Formats: sequence, C-alpha cells, structure tokens
Amino acid sequence: MDSALIPEGVKRCPFPRFLTGLAVVGAVLLWGVFAMLLCWLKGLNQTNMNDSYGFALWIWADLAIIALGGGAFFTGFLKYIVGKDELKNIINFAVLIGFICYSSALLILAIDIGQPLRGWHIFWHANVHSMLTEVAFCLSCYFGVLTIEYIPLILENRQIDKIPFFHNLGHNMHEVMAVFAATGAFLSFFHQGSLGGVAGVLFGRPFAYREGLLVWPWTFFLFTWSAAAYGPSFTIFLTKLLEKVSGKKLVKDNVIDLLAKISGWMILTYTIAKIIDTWYWIKYTLPGTGFRLMDFYDDNMLYGLWILVAEIVVGGIFPALILITKKGRSTSSLLWTAVILACIGVCINRWVMVLQVMAVPVLTFEEWALYFPSWQEIATTILPVAYGIILVMISYRYLPIFPQEKELNPVES
Amino acid sequence: MIPTSFEWIWDMGHIVFMGGLWYALTILGIGMTYCIVKAAIDTLKGDDGGHHN
Repeated sequence: MDSALIPEGVKRCPFPRFLTGLAVVGAVLLWGVFAMLLCWLKGLNQTNMNDSYGFALWIWADLAIIALGGGAFFTGFLKYIVGKDELKNIINFAVLIGFICYSSALLILAIDIGQPLRGWHIFWHANVHSMLTEVAFCLSCYFGVLTIEYIPLILENRQIDKIPFFHNLGHNMHEVMAVFAATGAFLSFFHQGSLGGVAGVLFGRPFAYREGLLVWPWTFFLFTWSAAAYGPSFTIFLTKLLEKVSGKKLVKDNVIDLLAKISGWMILTYTIAKIIDTWYWIKYTLPGTGFRLMDFYDDNMLYGLWILVAEIVVGGIFPALILITKKGRSTSSLLWTAVILACIGVCINRWVMVLQVMAVPVLTFEEWALYFPSWQEIATTILPVAYGIILVMISYRYLPIFPQEKELNPVES
Repeated sequence: MIPTSFEWIWDMGHIVFMGGLWYALTILGIGMTYCIVKAAIDTLKGDDGGHHN
C-alpha cells in the first residue's frame, strides 16, 4: 500500500502490521497526552511536587534523556570535526535519537513550566545570572541544529527526493553540515555542562555543592563528559534493539566496534574523574560544610550507599572495562550488558543529582523528604517514550536511516 | 532580548548571554538561508545536485 514511499532495495513489514504497531504505541501516547492536557488545563496541582520538590520526576527525565541523547552531538563531533568517517553509517540514527530526546526534553519542560504560553519569557526577559537560562538558550538552539540535521534525512525519502528543489536542498545541507555539527557541539558543551552546574552551585545543598574552575563547578564538566561518554552507548543500545526487532543487521560490526570503543574510553576516563571528584568532596568539601558522607546515606533504604556503588561501579567501571576490551565489544552478550549498564549508570547519576539532592535533610530539624510521582507525572514521562518509538517506526520505514542496510540485507527480486 | 529592550543593561552578563544566543541563531539562519537560496538557484539552472552520503 505504501511501497512507493519505502526506500529502494530494502524490505519492510506489511502495512497492516505496521499500522497495528502504531495503534498500540499510539494508545500509550494518547494516555500521556491526556495527562499532559490535565496538567495544562488544571495546573501543576495534578503533580505530587511540593515545597521540597520543585524539581521532580520530569526534571530527572529531562536530564536523563538529554544525557542519553548526547550521542548525537558527540557522534556528529567525531564524524564532522575529528574525521571518523566510518561513523557516517550510524550518524543518521544518532541524529534521529538526538532529535527525539531533545524534542521530548522540550515537551517535558513545556509541561513543567505550568504556563507554556509564557515559555518565550525565558528568552525575552532572560535572567542572565541563571545557569538555567543558558540551558534554555542552548537546548532550544541545539534542537534547531538537530532539526536541521534531520531535515536532509526526510528529504531523502524516495518520493520527496524526486522533487528537484528538495533534492538540491538536501544536497546543499549535507555540504555545510560540518558547520551545523560544530555549532551543535558548541551548544551541547554548554547546556550539558550548565545542567550539571545548576546542581553544583547549590551551596545550601552540600550533597550537590562542588568547588570548581572560575564560575563553573566540577559538575559542569562532569555532566558534559558523561553525556559524551554515555550517549554513544545509548545509540548502540537502540541500534542493537532495532536490529533485534527488525530481525536484520543494520550496521556493520566495525562501526559499532569503533563507537563502543570510544564510548568505553570516555566512560572510563569520566568514571576516574567522578571518583576523584567524589573523593575530594568527601575529604575536603563536605567537612567544610559540617557534614559527613554517611549523613547522606543512612537512615534511608532508598538512598543507601548502594546507590553510589551502583552509579560508579556498576554503571561506570563495569561497562567501561567491557567496552575498552576487544573481546567485550565483539561478544554480543557482553556488549549488550555494557551498553545497558551504561544507560542505567548515567540515569542513576542524573537521579541522584536531581532527586537525592532534594531528599537529603540539610537542617537539624529536617527529615528525609521522600516523594512519589502522581500518575499524571508518570504518564507524561512515558509520553516521550511512546512518541520516540513512533518516530523511529516511521523514520525507519520511510527514510534511508541506515546506509549499510541494503548491502547487509540483499533483497531477492 | 535586544539592546533596545527596556530591561537591557550593558553589562558582561547580557553581552555574553544574549550575544551567544544571537550568534548561534545567526549561524543557523545564515546556514539555512544559504542552503535554501542555493537550492533555488540550482533548481532554476536545472542542476540535479548529484548524490550524497
């Protein structure tokens, strides 16, 4: 039925099966949209946020998907600026993931601000002393970059490409893509960093507070570093997942191997930096604020010392050690384990830096402030996942996302 | 925000923040304008642009 839109030389599932898949995920999407409308029409009283939790599940989801979407800027940086040409075979998918992650992040923020019609105030009435202003600027601009990087892919659709103007536009955009990629890397460096900086400058919250360089706390650099390190692992994870779902090999092993190796070394160096940061914080920063390490980890099952171990050892050292070894990268089960642990690791890091910061008591008369999100918060957090699956389904079906697919899966005519 | 806005102050914060925003938007704007105009000219000339990776 839609065969004229499907890229030449590749096979896709029958149209009715595709529609059924869309309908199932679409139902989840509608549930999220319903919750989103409740938040917009009735207000933020639909959430369980309170005086202790001005930042809650949404902000964690925002920070996590922005970190996981970091594969787009770092892969673009490696391909266009460093010159790792093999990555041209996965860059389209990295851009698609980045586009989904960043549009989702902006959507969540649009719900979180409660009054989306006033969203433009952050640009026009900017508080130039706020790291969050920098985040808003860079996030929006980088979403513009990702849109510009995604447009040529859409223009390569078999039918659209037949129109001379769109064909030429796609070609010209490819020609100057390095300029956009460099701009994207610059913007990403600052907004990833500023998201970490927001936590690091909270001197009234010793759990998050860090010293640093000039106006930037160490968390600024750690957040940028971790996004560049873990983002490519998420790209590999989703590529492998799509290969499982479609039952096809979509990218050659040498491309995955290269990206996994870079991700592994980045995770290893990041984890070493994180360990040094944590040690310095325990040894010097915390005593200066009148706290001990265990003040943040006892009396509470949810935030025991296990979460620190899970973040640094299970989600840092383990995946790094697997990904830097040739055997680890070439053994399918180990590669799967490493990229899953890596994704969990960076999500725990963002959870800790957003929610544990809020939970920890800072005054002697305070208790741990625990919070459980409302169903509206959960539904609106699942909404971007459903939206992402739908966009991947449509893009994979109609656009030449994987340049090597035709060669790896020859279609018998 | 631009320097003609009533809340604008000529300090380093405004110059760096707003300058950075307008700088990034200018690069994206010029880049896209170049691509669109060149695509229109190429199309009028009958140039097919060739294949790309």
